[in-house]
Amino acid sequence: MLRLPRFDYLEPKSLKQALKMREASGDNAMYVAGGTDLYPNMKRRHQDPTTVISLANIRALTGVRNRDGHTCIGANTTLTQVAKHRRIKRHYPAIATAAGSISTPLLRNMGTLGGNLCLDTRCNYYNQTLEWRKSIDYCMKKDGAICWVAPSSPRCWAVNSSDLAPVTVAIGAEMALVSADGERVVPAGKFYNDDGIEYLTKRPDEILTELRLPQPNGWDATYLKLARRGSFDFPVLGVAAWIRWDGDTVADARIVLGAVASYPMPVPEAGAAIIGTSLGDDAIETAATAAFKPSKPMDNTDHGLSWRKQMTRVYVARALKELRANNKLI
Amino acid sequence: MGSDRAHDLRIVGTSQVMVDAVSKVTGKTVFADDLQLPQMLYGKLLRSTEPHARIRKLNVSKAVAAPGVKAVITGADLPIPFGILPVSQDEHVLCPEVVRFVGDPVAAVAATSEDAAFEALNLIAVDYEPLEPIPSIDTALESDKPQLHDYADDGNIHKLINLEFGDVEEGFADAHHVREDVFFFQGNTHLAMEQHSATADWSADGRLTLWSATQTPHYVHRAVAKVLELEPSRIRVIACHNGGAFGGKSDPFSHEIAAAKLAMLTGRPVKITLTREEVFYCHRGRHPVLMWAKTGVDESGKILAMHFKTCLDGGAYGSYGVASTYYTGALQTVTYEVERYKFQGARVFTNKPPCGPKRGHGTPQPRFALEVQLDKIAEDIGVDPVDLRRNHLQPPNSVTANWLKIGTIGLGECIDAVVEGAGWKEKFKKLPFGKGVGIACSSYICGAGLPIYWNDMPQSGVQLKCDRGGGVTIFCGSIDIGQGSDSILAYITAEILGIDPIDVRVVTADTDLTPVDLGSYSSRVTLMTGNAAVQAAEKVRDIIAFHAAKKLETEPDKVRFADRSVLAADDPDQRIAFAEAVQLAEAAQGTVGSIGWYKPEKSPGRYRGAGVGPSPAYSYSAAIAAVDVDPETGIVTVPKIWIAHDIGQSINPMTVIGQVEGSVYMGLGEALMEEMVYRSNRNVVHKFPSMLEYKSPTTHEMCEIETFLVGDPDPNGPFGAKEAGQGPLLPVMPAVANAVYDAVGVRVDEVPITPEKVFKGLRSKDHRVGPKSFPDIPWPEPLCIPTPAEGGDGKALRVETAAKA
Ligand SMILES: Cc1cc2nc3c(=O)[nH]c(=O)nc-3n(C[C@H](O)[C@H](O)[C@H](O)COP(=O)(O)OP(=O)(O)OC[C@H]3O[C@@H](n4cnc5c(N)ncnc54)[C@H](O)[C@@H]3O)c2cc1C
Ligand code: SF4
Repeated sequence: MLRLPRFDYLEPKSLKQALKMREASGDNAMYVAGGTDLYPNMKRRHQDPTTVISLANIRALTGVRNRDGHTCIGANTTLTQVAKHRRIKRHYPAIATAAGSISTPLLRNMGTLGGNLCLDTRCNYYNQTLEWRKSIDYCMKKDGAICWVAPSSPRCWAVNSSDLAPVTVAIGAEMALVSADGERVVPAGKFYNDDGIEYLTKRPDEILTELRLPQPNGWDATYLKLARRGSFDFPVLGVAAWIRWDGDTVADARIVLGAVASYPMPVPEAGAAIIGTSLGDDAIETAATAAFKPSKPMDNTDHGLSWRKQMTRVYVARALKELRANNKLI
Repeated sequence: MGSDRAHDLRIVGTSQVMVDAVSKVTGKTVFADDLQLPQMLYGKLLRSTEPHARIRKLNVSKAVAAPGVKAVITGADLPIPFGILPVSQDEHVLCPEVVRFVGDPVAAVAATSEDAAFEALNLIAVDYEPLEPIPSIDTALESDKPQLHDYADDGNIHKLINLEFGDVEEGFADAHHVREDVFFFQGNTHLAMEQHSATADWSADGRLTLWSATQTPHYVHRAVAKVLELEPSRIRVIACHNGGAFGGKSDPFSHEIAAAKLAMLTGRPVKITLTREEVFYCHRGRHPVLMWAKTGVDESGKILAMHFKTCLDGGAYGSYGVASTYYTGALQTVTYEVERYKFQGARVFTNKPPCGPKRGHGTPQPRFALEVQLDKIAEDIGVDPVDLRRNHLQPPNSVTANWLKIGTIGLGECIDAVVEGAGWKEKFKKLPFGKGVGIACSSYICGAGLPIYWNDMPQSGVQLKCDRGGGVTIFCGSIDIGQGSDSILAYITAEILGIDPIDVRVVTADTDLTPVDLGSYSSRVTLMTGNAAVQAAEKVRDIIAFHAAKKLETEPDKVRFADRSVLAADDPDQRIAFAEAVQLAEAAQGTVGSIGWYKPEKSPGRYRGAGVGPSPAYSYSAAIAAVDVDPETGIVTVPKIWIAHDIGQSINPMTVIGQVEGSVYMGLGEALMEEMVYRSNRNVVHKFPSMLEYKSPTTHEMCEIETFLVGDPDPNGPFGAKEAGQGPLLPVMPAVANAVYDAVGVRVDEVPITPEKVFKGLRSKDHRVGPKSFPDIPWPEPLCIPTPAEGGDGKALRVETAAKA
């Protein structure tokens, strides 16, 4: 069995206590929620905090609340709860679908919303054991100097592989962050960075407390996931599509691609291609092509990169057709 | 007593609970890693981070001094090589000088905890001098100088085979239609749920006990004795229940011998359990095979001549590779009549984990090529692929062109069952674009005719002992790897002695307690240990009948065994309990026991290489796969597979169906997604040695299966039984490939059939994806063996005569 390294484990009961502990232990400390991402990473020694601060016992972080018509999901809410919650399913089906598509029932019972949104970026040169990484002399993201995916590139291309992240960006959700300096609220689109190493704009000491969803008024969204198998697998492509309808006409639209870049990648050209249309096949085709062009998966996940790029076109078209069909139903 | 056979079978042929089922499902079964011994140490292996390198320096001093560390060993401590086949003793427990793949073990540590052992590994400094790695078949063939081992047949070509049975060129000249195709079957691994684990104990009085998750305790016994230079009588190997094996636990492994050595050095028990990543490095899985096939047929599709070339990517060591290479050419002839046949096989060494036997050992790859090629031929000549196969079956009780003796053949019935079950006639070529059906057939051996090392002894032995209380204990070296071999022994013994399976205690796989059985490989166990058990049980039955007859006032040959009783056949009221009958026999002659054994008959082939392929019986299977192909993505889903298997006689139909369904599951994985991929340009690392990224189907990808069991009892099998563990895997991959063609007109001439390939095929001009050519290989002069039809005697012609002919 792969073994965890030694570390100090702290269990604060409140946010305040957690932030204090974090301050006391400094940058060698990390937060943990369900541990489904952090612990495997620690076993493989590519994340190596010496202090782990568990957020699991902080009451304030759990539960789904309604605030001024906004639904707010606490960071500690498990993925199972998110996927099965009645209000989320009814008003934010894209969120429920994305959460329900993550890995396995077991993982969803353990993994949390906050952990998923803060998920470390992935790369199959990086998500490997210490010994394996030694064979390639490590890489830039951890212990090494070069990026094996793009050796001439100065940056890391590890992939944002969260199913929920692109949906939060597409629907315009917000993240609430707390630190010793107080609270700040960041739009989901500003929460992520296009960099495999510095993939969040969140400072390491900040705690994500909740995800705030926009009021469900006149818009619709969907999420399609491409993965090898019906369970276990991270996405190799995610398509989140959001449309504000004005009758049969698209008043506004956002398309965000997951798992093809280090951040959930908005494709404004694709959204622009359908605004003002009634989402006919031609408009959909134009949008699909617009999304296909900038989609640049790298050779660091499952499946071939050129096929993944090709699939962007297919999945964007399918997502938009689904939204068109939904609109006809109403 | 032969007349007893005529009685209705009470147990054989009925669905019975497996003898260890309750222990397994309640978590009570003790697997190798569950063992805990007092004072036990934990061992770990340090593995090479280089694909090919000379070890310049290896410094273990820091590790030796680390807290909790009790012993550290390196290659110098275990200089004697080993290997499963006598012809390729090319492995060391720990590499003494050269490492040959990323994952090759170089040192081993025993410490008081797993953590301490892990930390100590990181303190071992190895200085490698890199050597040129050979990552692929192409690079292996480029140089004619040996790179990995100096015992190869030619340069880096470990093994070269060239066999010709009749003049194939003449056959091609006579043919109505001749086709050549090139195929590739990607390598994949067993992916058993249980990781390998071994625990060794060295007793104060100088005896070694080794518990291991192994399929071949007898071969492990021999390897441990050889490497440790111990008297075999001092070594006891106990194979624990295997949590799946599929061929992946049939070699002796470094961790087994290292645990033993560390136990001897420390005087404390040592356990080594591999991580999942290490299991990927142990591998011994399916060889990647490049294949070229040329087949000539007459107007009806009868095969007049077939020429088959295979090139296997063997990885870094010999393992079973020589046998695997022969197997890629052995069984092409046993399904449909092949008049003349030529086989050329080569296996190369590469700097990757060694390949070996995986379910179907060496035969799924050529079977894939053959069945897809037949599908193409059927289309070329305008014959339904079902008829092409059905009309040209190899006749029963015949000898094939390559001198394999065939007994019963249930293939015709298999084809009929799936054709009818699937509604083939209504579906083939008639479904809408994107939906298709495909058929394929296959055959497999029921036990290899020859043992792995040359000897004249039985391949399987049992001892049987009757207890005064009416219980019976059967001792056998066979090992239950989940396939149910322990249960088979119990059913057979109970059937013959008229008792219940629960009355039979099965003691297996312990080299101190049980007579030798060669192991759970080559689908040999039901047939061979089954026959040995039949023999032993019948002997005991005769002894008991002899002594019970007087009391029952009848003749010994009129004594029957049923319902835990012994009774007079003509007067069933005359009966005594089985236990009482045993007591009578014991009173008269002492402990009641017997032995039974089995050794296959000699096969008619007498040429060099004739040892691979012969078997006491051959099982047959046919499968039809239905597929849905999404033309926009290339994604293939398989909603249903109909599969028929010629089992001869099921001992337990429920476990047979279990094997068939498990085979379909494994076959689907091989057909659609499983592959061992290495990054040639990144130090030849395995791309994803983990269960998350090595893709194998989940229940979501699993299809519906309809299984048909057919066949007549085979005279060579116990109660007529044939194998079920491997054969049903074989038709799955070609059936899926053929169905994809029926669905969207794309030929993917390689596995896995990934969405990328189908997508590409849909958009390419020739609608084909696959290898384009077969490399030039320096074949030796062929061995020419006249076929039975040509009046041959099973021997090769002398080379001079062959050259003249
Ligand atoms: C086999 C497997 C398959 C998977 N498949 C998928 C998949 O298909 N799709 C997908 O999207 N994900 C997948 N995942 C990832 C999974 O979603 C995440 O692991 C899970 O959601 C993380 O939640 P957690 O609570 O366990 O996070 P943890 O492991 O506890 O934390 C993950 C990261 O987030 C940080 N963090 C957690 N909570 C907070 C907080 N409140 N504030 C600040 N930082 C925080 C931690 O410090 C850590 O860096 C998979 C993981 C595994 C192991
Ligand atoms: S993208 Fe490059 S730097 Fe980033 S993890 Fe992968 S190999 Fe390392």
